[in-house]
Parts: sequence; C-alpha cells; structure tokens
Amino acid sequence: MKTQKKELAVAALKAGTVIDHIPADVLFKVAQLLDVENSEMQLTIGNNLPSKSLGKKGIIKVADTTFPQSVLNRIALLAPEANVNIIENYEVIEKHRVELPDVLVDVVKCNNPKCISNNEPMSTRFIVVDRNPVTIRCSYCGHIRR
Amino acid sequence: MQRKNLVSIDDLSKDEIMKILRTAQYFEENPNQKILDGKIVATLFFEPSTRTRLSFETAVQRLGGRIIGFSDPAATSTSKGESLKDTIKMVSNYADLIVMRHYLEGAAQYATEVTDIPIVNAGDGANQHPSQTLLDLYSIYKTQGTLENLTITMVGDLKYGRTVHSLLIAMRHFNPTFRFIACQELQMPEVYKKFCEKEGISYTEHTDFNQAVIDTSDIIYMTRVQRERFTDIMEYEKVKDLYRLRNCMLDSARSNLKILHPLPRVNEIDRDVDDNPMAYYFQQAGNGLYARQAIICRALGVTLPVE
Repeated sequence: MKTQKKELAVAALKAGTVIDHIPADVLFKVAQLLDVENSEMQLTIGNNLPSKSLGKKGIIKVADTTFPQSVLNRIALLAPEANVNIIENYEVIEKHRVELPDVLVDVVKCNNPKCISNNEPMSTRFIVVDRNPVTIRCSYCGHIRR
Repeated sequence: MQRKNLVSIDDLSKDEIMKILRTAQYFEENPNQKILDGKIVATLFFEPSTRTRLSFETAVQRLGGRIIGFSDPAATSTSKGESLKDTIKMVSNYADLIVMRHYLEGAAQYATEVTDIPIVNAGDGANQHPSQTLLDLYSIYKTQGTLENLTITMVGDLKYGRTVHSLLIAMRHFNPTFRFIACQELQMPEVYKKFCEKEGISYTEHTDFNQAVIDTSDIIYMTRVQRERFTDIMEYEKVKDLYRLRNCMLDSARSNLKILHPLPRVNEIDRDVDDNPMAYYFQQAGNGLYARQAIICRALGVTLPVE
C-alpha cells in the first residue's frame, strides 16, 4: 500500500533523466543550477519525500532530456548524494552519481561582502581545495567556504 | 618579451622573487633610464593611497614612461556607476600597463580576466599588496645580504596585518624562523600557523616583547596596533604600549638587526629609535621605488642586463 502511494506521488517517466536524493532544502537551488525552469519538456519536481538517508529528499524528473555530465556536476556541492538515472522505455539504462568538479563557476556566492564578485556583474568562481570535508576557495578574494 | 601580471605574492616562485630583487638592486644603482620611452602606464586608484601611487608614478617617470590615470574615483565614471570591467576595458585601449588599487578584494584578479594588457595590483582591499611585500623582501635582502635562514620577529597586529601575512608566505622559500609577538586579541591567525607547520617553518609565539627576543632577531617587523580592532577600549589601553619599541631596548641587539615597519607609524616605535642605525623604515619605504621599477619592467616584459 505504502509503495503504491509513493508511485502515485512521483509518476514514472517513459524517457529522460531522474535526479534523485537531492536534499529537500536545496531542491529549488538545484533546479535553478540545472536550468530546468526554461525547459519545454515535461517536468516533475517532488519535494519533502521520505528518505532513509536524508530524512526528506527532493527529486527532479525531466522527460526526453539528458544533461551533460559537466552540468550535472554543478549540483555536487549542494547535493553530493544525488543520483542520476537515465530512463528509456520506463527502464533505468544508466545510473551514476554526481562528482564535485575542481572548479565551480556560478554555483555559489562568496560570503565575503567585500569580494569583487559580490559587487560587480560577473560570475563567481571557486576552486575546490579539499574534498573531505569539502573546502572551496574564492578565486577572487581567497575566502574559504566549508 | 613576456608580459606578466602581478596580482598576489603567492604567484611568484623563488626564482621570480630573486629576479625581481636583483632587478631592484640594478635600478638602485641605475635609477634613471629611458627604457620605458613611448610606454604609457595607467595608475587607477579606486581608493586613495598617496604613498603607493607616488612611488609607482615616480618609478615610471624615472624610467622615461608616461602616466595617465586617476587618484580619486569620485572624479571618474565609477561614480556614475560604471563597472570595473568597463573601466578596465576602456583604459586598456590607451595604456600598455595598468597599476590599480581597489577597495574590493579580488578586483585585480578580475581585471586580469577582462583585459589583455598586464595588471599590477597595488592593493585590493584587505587582500593582497604584493609590491609592499617585494619592497619588504628587498629591504631584508639588501640589509642582510641574503634572505636565507633569518630570524624574523613580527610585532603588533598579527591578526589583521596584511603585510605580515604576505611576508610570511613569501619567506617560505628561504627557511626563516619566525617569532610572533602580539596580545591575545591580535595573534597570528591559525591558518598562517598551519601554513608554517606545513612548510616546515619554525615559529614561536609570545605575548611579551622581551629583551631575549630582540637580542636574537635579524629583523624586527613592527606593525601598528589599531584602536578600532578592539571591542573593549580598556583592553586597547592596556596593550598599546606593551609592543612599543624604545631605543634603549636595542643596546644588546645583533649588529645586523634592522627595524622594519610598513608605515604609517603612530607610537609603536619611539621617535628616539629613528636616529639609531638599526632603524630602517624610512629607507624601506624608499626601496619601494626600486622594487616597483622592477615590477613594472617584469610586467611589461622589458629585457634588462640582470640574470
């Protein structure tokens, strides 16, 4: 009965991409990073779904769309546990995790108010200096975010 | 003829630092040369800094170059809301090199990304001020004959002092021993102590500025303790004179000891120290001219008879 309810909450996809295990509190930021709001394809966004590992999770399903790995990796900082499933004919034909790239462009803002990137119409850029725990350094002002 | 930006002291290898110092020495021996004839250098000071600007502009003029620019952004399009990118792009049409100071951190790095002409960072907020570090290094090199194996004592505001942090990073190539002397509120930040540990640099920390420390130093780098750094004014009143250097404290110092200070000084060095031959802070500021001549020539890719 429980399984049936879950299936109803998130409809099956014939073909496309399902991104699962997104922490509920960053779902909309992740959707923004993937630029799904400008997609013409059928789009299903679910949030606050029960998850054993995350407590509450979000899920994004985009029909007839695949994303380049470089785009998917942009969400790795916010959603390190995210799973990407490629669907064809209702079957998962490929499943992989997102990977944190070495450089993050326009993913997060610098938390230094005196950083040039917060005062000029420009992209933000962070270098990953440590992966465990994730530590990133602003390419402009050098401030560290953990 | 490779043109090179100078944004941060971290970008320079040991060889590059030494080449700049040898070039500075060459310019100290030959300060007036027409090697920048026909070159135009833009000095863009989005934040006023009279001493740094005059030093850079003198460096250009003594080498025969010409200067355009501004020292007060209120008189420019910046005050009309023009972006930094647009200002840099516009000036790049006119000049061969941009020397810039900006109140925002990372401004110089961003400028390098929007133009093809070289950028020299003359200070970006609390972030980097590499020409100051190079003139500090040149002052140490010139007075000690080497940068290797020196004992450097840093005194005062080690928490917020940009100059001490950059000097510490630049000295990593030269096997220094550091002594950090500061009150609890202004201690050297953890990140720099960890840096020392990672680089195998030995250091000790002290809260008192005692004779034993002075007598075993090759360089004492004094900094200003600023009142505005304290949340408790009583605390400031208590510590402000603890880190004051007096002439009598130098009686048993090493003969090679030199006192440096990035200036401006308030009262952390007594006036009676000024006449002691160990006082070097005014010559240090003067060395800025030669260091900046070397920096400008490196940026423009000028070939000089220096190895």
